[in-house]
Amino acid sequence: MSAHDAAQNSLRTGLDPFRGINFPELEKSIMRPRTLTSLLLSALVTGMCLLALVPLFSVVWMLLWRGGRKLSLEIFTQLPPAPLETGGGFGNAIVGTLIILALATLISAPVGILSGVFLSQTEKENRFAQAVRFGAKVLTGFPSILAGVFAYGAVVLLTGGFSAVAGAIALAVLMLPTILLTAEEAIRMVPSKMREAAIGMGATPTQTMAMVLLPTALPGILTGLMLAIARGAGETAPLLFTALFSNYWPFQGGNFDLMQPTASMAVLIFNFAGMPFQNQIEMAWAAALVLVLIVLAANIIGQALSRRQIQ
Amino acid sequence: MKREPDFQYPQPPASGPAGDSVVIDCHIAELYYNTFKAVRDTAIPVHSNKITALIGPSGCGKSTVLRCFNRMNDLVRGFRFRGHVRFRGMDIYGATIDPVAVRRYIGMVFQQPNPFATSIYNNVAFGLRLNKYRGDLRARVEEALKRAALWDEVKDKLRDSGLSLSGGQQQRLCIARAVATEPEVLLMDEPCSALDPIATRHIEDLMKELKRRYTIAIVTHNLQQARRIADKTAFLYVDTSAGGRTGYLVEYGDSHQIFNNPREKYTQDYIRGEFS
Repeated sequence: MSAHDAAQNSLRTGLDPFRGINFPELEKSIMRPRTLTSLLLSALVTGMCLLALVPLFSVVWMLLWRGGRKLSLEIFTQLPPAPLETGGGFGNAIVGTLIILALATLISAPVGILSGVFLSQTEKENRFAQAVRFGAKVLTGFPSILAGVFAYGAVVLLTGGFSAVAGAIALAVLMLPTILLTAEEAIRMVPSKMREAAIGMGATPTQTMAMVLLPTALPGILTGLMLAIARGAGETAPLLFTALFSNYWPFQGGNFDLMQPTASMAVLIFNFAGMPFQNQIEMAWAAALVLVLIVLAANIIGQALSRRQIQ
Repeated sequence: MKREPDFQYPQPPASGPAGDSVVIDCHIAELYYNTFKAVRDTAIPVHSNKITALIGPSGCGKSTVLRCFNRMNDLVRGFRFRGHVRFRGMDIYGATIDPVAVRRYIGMVFQQPNPFATSIYNNVAFGLRLNKYRGDLRARVEEALKRAALWDEVKDKLRDSGLSLSGGQQQRLCIARAVATEPEVLLMDEPCSALDPIATRHIEDLMKELKRRYTIAIVTHNLQQARRIADKTAFLYVDTSAGGRTGYLVEYGDSHQIFNNPREKYTQDYIRGEFS
């Protein structure tokens, strides 16, 4: 019965069905404590969200403002300028960063993903798996400079020089735990009914992993990979005494030389930002902007890849 | 899984004249999950080209028994049992038997529709690819979807995700996936419990059609469903006398007899709905 019908009815019978209901009580009022609290708390959480966005947007704004001016085709194609020289670019640092990241991914992705496969297939309380998981979690918070020290001791001293390979190994150490832990989690998140379906069809454990679990978990695994690459792209400390820096292109006569000091964006920013020359400082800003754009592109590609996989 | 020495079980109850038509012959003396005794004294023959229903209250072990038929229980840690399960006379729990091969002959459809997160086509082709099928994949997929009465609904969207279908369609997709590899036996673990009555009726009609080609064993909560479709029915009940909850076979026979003229008191009470 609608309110209208009820009212009609009460007119006929002379009985008020709304007796005892305080109608003003039902209306919203700014003066009531309940409404006031709700309003204040909404304002508080919105404010905090905005506050959290301040660093991000101010950095992006600053990069666009200071770095955008310097953006031109030549910074992508030319070598870093000498002090007091005008013009120049950081093409070699972009190539160097991409080479080091690719090498680091080549090392850490197979190790990380296959370890994740192993962890996801063992019992949660398996001693060895627990040790690996614990180690990976400790490594997640590993100071990045120590990864550099490790690669310096393990690669630079052994091979007798700074190199892209040494830098890649340092970054791989930092990327590995993220890849490993997200891969395990992504595979564990695949509903067990899908695993049952595969096994019920007569799939071997290998087939179940390769044809059902890994494809279903791929978006999650790719997300972890992209996070790791994004982190690796920005690391400076581990590259300082592994890949060092170079003012030259990382290839000679058409061949990549991976065993010589190699330029990277992060180290270029670090070096140039501290110089007393206007040109170099502007170059550092531009390099920071390009680095952010590279990371952004990696993220967008990763998401596009994983979205295509789902359907 | 540990298996204890074969248990000398008394001969199965007479199961009609066609004694040699038994495809799966299961004798479970005792079945444990770790120290929990889940099932005891259960012998159920599954006859060729018939639908055998396992009915009983929750926790009576009917799903557990069904999962013994294709060694799905191997996935459960601490599972062990005494007795045997013979598939066409061969003990599938024998030391030399590969459980993966067993499951290719004895397919399974689960309670929750569980298509893979890939296209409808790839879902059905999955089992064929597992077996490295070399023939015309497309024709086999079409054939399987027709047998599962799904072809007309999906023929124009084979590239769509299997997960985009409705619940009833997903379950028929799972049936198509299971029959694509031409198994001998289809095990169905409450295949309709997640479906609405219309989809349920669809699947039931399908099962009656499928039993011409395959042998079907089904676990169901739904007595009306068993009455409608099953040729043979096994009634399991829970024994709480020893403190645990152990399922056991109370009565097995033709569905007609079980539902209209049950021999055992427990069966009579259950069929009449006099159980708490």
